[in-house]
Amino acid sequence: MSGSDALAPLALAGRQFRSRLLLGTGGIPNLAVLERVLEASGAEVATVALRRVDPEARGSILDVLARHRVEVLPNTAGCYTAAEAVLTAQLAREALGTDWVKLEVVADDRTLLPDPLELLEAAEQLCALGFLVLPYTTDDPVLARHLEQVGCAAVMPLGAPIGSGLGIRNPHNIELIVEQARVPVVLDAGIGTASDAALALELGCDAVLVASAITRAEDPPAMAAAMRRAVEAGYLARRAGRIPPRTLARASSPRTGLARLA
Amino acid sequence: MPSSPTRSAVTPSAPPLDLLGPPLDPVGSLRRTDVVVLGGGIIGLAAAWSLAEQDHQVVLVDPAPLSGASWVAAGMLAPVSELHAAEAPLVGLGLAALEHWPAFAQALTEASGLDLGLRTEGTVLVAATPDDHRALLELLDLHRRLGLASQPLTRREARQLEPGLAPGLAGALLIPGDHHVDPRLVARALALAARRAGVRWVAAAGSALRCRRGAVEGLVLDSGVHLDAPAVVLAAGWRSAAVDGLPPTLRLPLRPVKGQILRLATRTGTVEGPRHCIRALVEGAPVYLVPRRSGEVVLGATSEEQGADPTPTAGALYELLRDAVAVVPGVRELELTEVGVGHRPATPDHGPLVGPLPAGSGADGLVLAVGHHRNGVLLCPITAEAVRAAVEGDPLPDALGPFGPTRFSPDLGGATLEAWTPLPEGPAPR
Repeated sequence: MSGSDALAPLALAGRQFRSRLLLGTGGIPNLAVLERVLEASGAEVATVALRRVDPEARGSILDVLARHRVEVLPNTAGCYTAAEAVLTAQLAREALGTDWVKLEVVADDRTLLPDPLELLEAAEQLCALGFLVLPYTTDDPVLARHLEQVGCAAVMPLGAPIGSGLGIRNPHNIELIVEQARVPVVLDAGIGTASDAALALELGCDAVLVASAITRAEDPPAMAAAMRRAVEAGYLARRAGRIPPRTLARASSPRTGLARLA
Repeated sequence: MPSSPTRSAVTPSAPPLDLLGPPLDPVGSLRRTDVVVLGGGIIGLAAAWSLAEQDHQVVLVDPAPLSGASWVAAGMLAPVSELHAAEAPLVGLGLAALEHWPAFAQALTEASGLDLGLRTEGTVLVAATPDDHRALLELLDLHRRLGLASQPLTRREARQLEPGLAPGLAGALLIPGDHHVDPRLVARALALAARRAGVRWVAAAGSALRCRRGAVEGLVLDSGVHLDAPAVVLAAGWRSAAVDGLPPTLRLPLRPVKGQILRLATRTGTVEGPRHCIRALVEGAPVYLVPRRSGEVVLGATSEEQGADPTPTAGALYELLRDAVAVVPGVRELELTEVGVGHRPATPDHGPLVGPLPAGSGADGLVLAVGHHRNGVLLCPITAEAVRAAVEGDPLPDALGPFGPTRFSPDLGGATLEAWTPLPEGPAPR
């Protein structure tokens, strides 16, 4: 692609990716569907909950990801305290030989919202242990700044609670996070359909992580294809310079110099 | 001090191996037989029984029959409530398999003289929260589009059918055609029927398939003993791929999917157990309660990608009980009798691999009956019929057509299942 429709690579945690769509694997109906989702999405990174998958087991989700050359981003889903999350990250590093981790420390089962205090504590500890930390956080710009300051390699604010499909509920906060961040911003959680993913990129996010919206869709590979295009569209639109919104109409064709046809 | 009677509250009971008869040493006439069945779960036992009923000499090879998934399974015959939009091809197989059940149950009851605990009251699907109710209505929509019998219930109707349901539930469906059976009674009946039909049991593991000139010659046991047979049925669950000597072009992508399951029991003088099989969504998590006439209630189950890990965990039991109590509060009063852990034999698309290897595959005479995942009990009769047909050269049941044994083996001409078949009348945009 040339010039105006070029998609720049995504630089994330010392890696480069062509795709700005990261995939969450939770909720995938089966491994055959996952293969088709991987092909349709073009995703190069997939998160896997290390508490839910035995890395030694053969024929598992990890084998499918390896066959498709998709990089595994281990996450700490299911952790409620900083101590649990740090331990889980260390086990993941040992099992997978990776240096990065998507840090999740949730406050309760009902909302699965990040616990800000435990999250910051765990992020600080893991950064000190040499991890490249990608924290799943609320859409609070102040917390995002703290996470960046303790050394996180990216921030991953939510659009809405995990699995809710409610879209981006506070676009303004996401814009504030984007505006101040010097690390990549990855919109994580809340995406319901393709337009939500496009909006994330239009707001200036560097990438989007989508799980349930694809894995629990009626036709997961079709939704994966839609998300891939939405992310590309949002990225291009952000750089294309959108028109300012107006209250009243402005004709798209000139109203003077019309040909006299009669 | 007087000793109080104790019992181990949560240790699974042992399978009824006495019904299968004593294991035999493979000597003399045992060394040469018509069919060797490797694997003595209900799939292998049903196949062995079906073949022996047709006067084939059958030797069953398993160091510990019925010790695998069969013995912990809940026994739901529930293709409609199991339906998942992304796995629509499985529902056709499930419905066809269900049609095989009545005749199978009758024949097995006649052959064994034992009851199977088959119950046909239907299954009640329950949504705990408004979010779960939306998911249930989507499933109802899918049922309608596929022409499957499914009936929405008001909360009052649901609680008339099942008075033990919690008052605050968000909604319910009745699936009249989804039944259940007690797999442990089925296992007992199969063991007895197989023995009566002349199936002989060798307590050994199979270590290698032996082939010559492109055809099966028999099985080598872990003791080194050879069993000669022109037909070998592979029915060893998720361990099946570990057998040596399979054709190198045959890909058997089987993996264990761990399930934790509880067995509870009603106690006299306290609450009744449920009347129907109840399957619920609680904050998005599935849980089921399957009642038996004996008063047993099976509560399940987790689905974990933890390899062959046999450990029961506190968190899984907590979540199963928490969700079950949310749906049926009286579960609190039941006795906890067993904590079971089993491993479903899963393929990448969750469909089974059933049928004879095609000519030219290098193992003529090898029949696969593996990969039944969550549906081993439901698929048991149709699989047994398919194995009988394969050994006798008859056509297999049509519904098994897409689930052939070489589905994951491109070098054997296998074509993978279309993982997602477009459903009729797409969903209304939301």
